[in-house]
Amino acid sequence: MDKIVLIVKALPENECFARSVIAAYATRLNPSMEEVSDIKTAVSEAVTNAIVHAYNNDAEKDIRLTASIEGNTLWVSVEDTGVGIPNIVEAMKDFYTTKPSEERSGLGFTIMGTFMSTLQVQSVVGEGTTVVMSKVIG
Amino acid sequence: MIHYEVSKGVLNIKIGGELDHSVATTIKERLDKVIRGGGYEMVVFDFSDLQFMDSTGVGLLLGRYKTAKSMAKPVAIFRPSAPVDKVLKVSGIYSIMPKI
Repeated sequence: MDKIVLIVKALPENECFARSVIAAYATRLNPSMEEVSDIKTAVSEAVTNAIVHAYNNDAEKDIRLTASIEGNTLWVSVEDTGVGIPNIVEAMKDFYTTKPSEERSGLGFTIMGTFMSTLQVQSVVGEGTTVVMSKVIG
Repeated sequence: MIHYEVSKGVLNIKIGGELDHSVATTIKERLDKVIRGGGYEMVVFDFSDLQFMDSTGVGLLLGRYKTAKSMAKPVAIFRPSAPVDKVLKVSGIYSIMPKI
C-alpha cells in the first residue's frame, strides 16, 4: 500500500506546510476543490491541536503525520507524544476547550468530524494522542 | 495580509491569504487596537480574498465580536470564499455575525 510519512516540529509555521503536503498527496485521487479544502482544514485542526494542547507550544516536540491511499479513500493520521486527553468524549463536544483565555473556539474535533468521512481519536494521558481520519473521494 | 479603513461609518477589515494559528496572535493584536479606536458604527470583515481559515479563525472572530459588542457596534462578514464559508457555517457564527 502506498504511504507517506512526514515528521514536523511543533511550530505554528508547520501547520500550513503539513496541510499542504497532505493535500498535495491527496491529489492522486483527483479530488474536487472542496474535498481538497476539507482535507487541508481537518489536517490543520489536528496539527494545531498537537501544537497548542498536546505540546503547549513546545517547538522541540515532533508531530508525525502519515497518509495513505486505499482505493478511493485517503487515510491520514496525526500523532503526538504530548500530554494526552483525559476525557476524549468531553474533548470532542462542540465548543469544548481547555484554553478559553487563548480564544480557542473548541471546534477542532467538530470540524475534523464534519469535513472528513471518519474520525477516530486515541489518547493516553502522559503518552500522547493519535487522530486517524479518512476521506472518501468522489 | 490585513487592510482596514473606515468608510461611511463602516470599519472594513479585509483579511487575505490564510488565517490559522501561526498568524492569529499578530492579527488579533492589530485588530484589537483598530476596533477599540472607535470612529465607526459597524465592523465588516471582508473575506473575499481569504483562501483558508480553520477554527483558529473562528476563535479570532468571536474575540473581536466581543470587543465590538462591548462598544455596541454590530459585526458582519462580507463575501467569504467557499472554504471559509463552510467553516463559518459549521461554527454557527452567522447567528451573531450575519453574512452580507
